[in-house]
Amino acid sequence: MANLNQVAERASPARGGAHVREFDLSRDSLRQLNLYLHKQAVADGVGQIRVHNPDGAHSIACGLNAELDVQIHGHAGYYVAGMNQHAAVTVHGNAGPGAAENMMSGRVHVKGFASTAAGASAHGGLLIIDGDASLRCGISLKGADIVVGGSVGSFSAFMAQAGRIVICGDAEDALGDSLYEAVIYVRGKVRSLGADARFEPMADSDRAAVKGLLAAAGRGEDPADFKRVASAKSLYHWHADADQEY
Amino acid sequence: MSTRDLEESAGFDRHTIDYIQRAAASGLYEIRGLGAKRRVPNFDDLLFLAASLSRYPLEGYRERCSTKTLLGTRFASKPIELAIPITVAGMSFGALSARVKEALGRAATEVGTSTTTGDGGMTAEERAASKTLVYQCLPSRYGFNPDDVRRADAIEIVIGQGAKPGGGGMLLGQKVNPRVARMRTLPEGVDQRSASRHPDWTGPDDLVIKIKELREITDWEKPIYVKVGATRTFNDVKLAVHAGADVVVVDGMQGGTAATQTVFIEHVGIPTLAALRQAVDALDDLNMRGTVQLVISGGIRSGADVAKALAMGADAVAIGQGVLVALGCNSDSYIVNGQHLSAREDYAALGTAPGFCHHCHTGKCPVGVTTQDPTLELRLEPEVGAKRLKNYLKTVNMELTTVARACGKQDVHHLEKEDLVALTVEAAAMAGVPLAGTTWIPGRSSGGPSGADASGREHS
Repeated sequence: MANLNQVAERASPARGGAHVREFDLSRDSLRQLNLYLHKQAVADGVGQIRVHNPDGAHSIACGLNAELDVQIHGHAGYYVAGMNQHAAVTVHGNAGPGAAENMMSGRVHVKGFASTAAGASAHGGLLIIDGDASLRCGISLKGADIVVGGSVGSFSAFMAQAGRIVICGDAEDALGDSLYEAVIYVRGKVRSLGADARFEPMADSDRAAVKGLLAAAGRGEDPADFKRVASAKSLYHWHADADQEY
Repeated sequence: MSTRDLEESAGFDRHTIDYIQRAAASGLYEIRGLGAKRRVPNFDDLLFLAASLSRYPLEGYRERCSTKTLLGTRFASKPIELAIPITVAGMSFGALSARVKEALGRAATEVGTSTTTGDGGMTAEERAASKTLVYQCLPSRYGFNPDDVRRADAIEIVIGQGAKPGGGGMLLGQKVNPRVARMRTLPEGVDQRSASRHPDWTGPDDLVIKIKELREITDWEKPIYVKVGATRTFNDVKLAVHAGADVVVVDGMQGGTAATQTVFIEHVGIPTLAALRQAVDALDDLNMRGTVQLVISGGIRSGADVAKALAMGADAVAIGQGVLVALGCNSDSYIVNGQHLSAREDYAALGTAPGFCHHCHTGKCPVGVTTQDPTLELRLEPEVGAKRLKNYLKTVNMELTTVARACGKQDVHHLEKEDLVALTVEAAAMAGVPLAGTTWIPGRSSGGPSGADASGREHS
């Protein structure tokens, strides 16, 4: 069991009086950090938690369930901010696979690039990736919003069920394959659409949605430049019992 | 002319002709429920030797025979302790009604065992009714959320299912009612597809990291199970152990399903008997028996099956289809307000009869078990279902301990492979136990009949 008191000693006053907790993953363990975030940060009334030297560690700040402000200074590995609820987590670097996977609420901001499956199966909240996102961004999305400043890899939004994905750059192959109700807004080129995905006209409500998401992500692109991709819904029913002969 | 005088083709028998003509008429493969109907080598092909002069039996009814079972002792700070080694397998809310899930939880709690969620998430009824609830993390992640992760007693990462390894899952639109749709974040009535692979990891090296994430989220408290459909079981179990599983669940091809293509049910995967031996071999090879627990499922029906599974090296079993049969699946009647009411007409409307039904996929279960229909689901009263299931689990456990005592064991986990022989060459080879009356284990030893090996030397 990590010694939380020992770690909590390394606190410094922040501007405005709120305390900042500093974790250095070259000295402190991941377990100490996550245990603090889960069990003690709220009680401490800490204003911000800063994580230094993450060096690609996996599962940093996963399973948070409070309105915490976590700043990760460096590159994070797999599943940073996984299953996040309420917290704001910022990665001042790149993120490995599954950033903000299964996020329920809150805000995760990757200042650099994100690897595969960013925002996978996320139910709520906002994931912002300033750079590019790799394969399967927004796979199985269930209601969260994702804004990608750069481009996305193949099979992004695969089987995405609900939520919105804004792509300011290009999309590789099979965008939106087997989509359900999620909607994709893409500004650049789309190498190919996936099964059952199609371009649809942008309505005023779409432009308003894109405008709002870009603003939330602190971006200045023109919503008029985006195209809408959604499901043709031809895969919704298989008619497996169509003739009832068996 | 009587068909008795006609010669039927072995290759194109009536069943095959019907299959081809149905395919020609519809252009669709068959989707159905239940599990494999073909006969494969199974636990019926094994027998216990029990005690005689060389072994000392326990009194069958009174002497103590422990059934206590611990799961998840490897890394979790809060392992699962069960009164019996018989658990309720994962089955989804969606495939089953909320009332059925409640009945499963109540019965499991009363006999001191665990029940398991399925695709589609955890219902409040199920959590409230279940003292020990295993929460599945499936490729679809339908309804999967951190609040329920924290509410669960263990997490089971599902890689595959015995009825359809590699095949993902499906829930046809007639069962996707408003509540099911809401829990799965899907449009109501859609023919729902469950993904065949996880969205955020690929392969065993990633699984190492995924398991650690779940451990971090749960502060290393909850056991992490990994469930695999039985195919390359020896390798899969070793990889699951390498990935950090506390418990490995192996589901053989006789495992049930609510809706799967028949071609999967009957032609993909290996029998539970063969899978269990491979799984035990894998744990032995890693010297991890007792450290990582093994749960076997797929066609477990009786105390004899459980006893044989434990003797072969399983720590516990999981029962799905047998549990549903206990609730009334394939019964000719259902019980409402204490009255037995006939369901035969409803079976007939589906084109089937009690004892033959596999129409779980239609959502029109005549006895209210595998349905989301608001009228049909009332045919299963949770109190009645829980009582029937409790009786069934108690019976299975009594059979288990009776056999164990006859083998001279004070603890059912002391049953061992040496207590078993096989009735058929196939079962002997798959289970790795001698053919009855010989010391011959096909592929492992060259023993001959009556305890003599090929050289004629006698064995004890």
